[in-house]
Amino acid sequence: MTAPLFSVGQSVRIVDRTPRVHHRVPAYAKGQVGVIERVCRLHGEPEKFIRGDGKPTQRLYRVRIAQNGLWDNYAGSDGDDLDIEIFEHWLEPME
Amino acid sequence: MTDHDKEHDHARTFQPDHQEPTSDSARVGLALRELLIEAGHYTAEEEQEVIAAMQGASPENGGRIVARAWIDAAYKERLLGDGASAIRELGFELEPYEFTVMENTDSVHNVIVCTLCSCYPRSLLGMSPAWYKSKDYRSRVVREPRSVLAEFGVELSDNIDVRVHDSTAELRYMILPQRPAGTDDWSEEQLAALITRDSLIGTQRVLRSE
Repeated sequence: MTAPLFSVGQSVRIVDRTPRVHHRVPAYAKGQVGVIERVCRLHGEPEKFIRGDGKPTQRLYRVRIAQNGLWDNYAGSDGDDLDIEIFEHWLEPME
Repeated sequence: MTDHDKEHDHARTFQPDHQEPTSDSARVGLALRELLIEAGHYTAEEEQEVIAAMQGASPENGGRIVARAWIDAAYKERLLGDGASAIRELGFELEPYEFTVMENTDSVHNVIVCTLCSCYPRSLLGMSPAWYKSKDYRSRVVREPRSVLAEFGVELSDNIDVRVHDSTAELRYMILPQRPAGTDDWSEEQLAALITRDSLIGTQRVLRSE
């Protein structure tokens, strides 16, 4: 099993790209910065899922993003946040 | 009214006819199903088993899980750590997805959405409500969760943070709501009956114990 590239608490940026195939990253999350909340298991890579065998797999994470940074004029408290599932090949480390 | 009339009370017994497919996509769906069965990818019997299993799924299952977590601290810890294993402990069959249980506390309220489609733990909790699949809910609850929750009647003071969970990929979610006050001497069955579907999604926060 491939070791995870990222660990809980690490700051990451979600890559801003739009491949012309099915992918599981909503537009609002692209380019956003968050923190790894949880390291999940390996799952089939959605962009290649059309092959139907669930391979190759990619590490999945839950990334926590502050709502204040996510939306302009967010109406809520500073502690509000959003957890989203992002695959490893969509994450890059923050320097 | 005679007894005979009561037996033929059409207002009570009426059921709508099953509709014939009227759209092209519905016809394509039916044709695809027949082809898959004909080609031996699965059998009609297997399909019936899956449908029957889904019909057995309901929010009551979530109620059993929550009630157990309320009365058994060690179980709750396992449930929050590895939801799928803890849920299987109670005898539920789960597909091999990761199951994530999020706990509401005095300072955090959790709510679930799937913005990309409408992922929902159907095999455990049954069909999702229509609003969960609506574009309105899916687009707004990530951007303005407090407004959406207020529309559901969830009152949140400023010292309670809102945490939205966007179910974008392979995980499935369930909220562990807070146990209502005044239920210390309740049985597990009584507690389980308090839990509603919406409280498992997060569009209800306070469970009524009266």
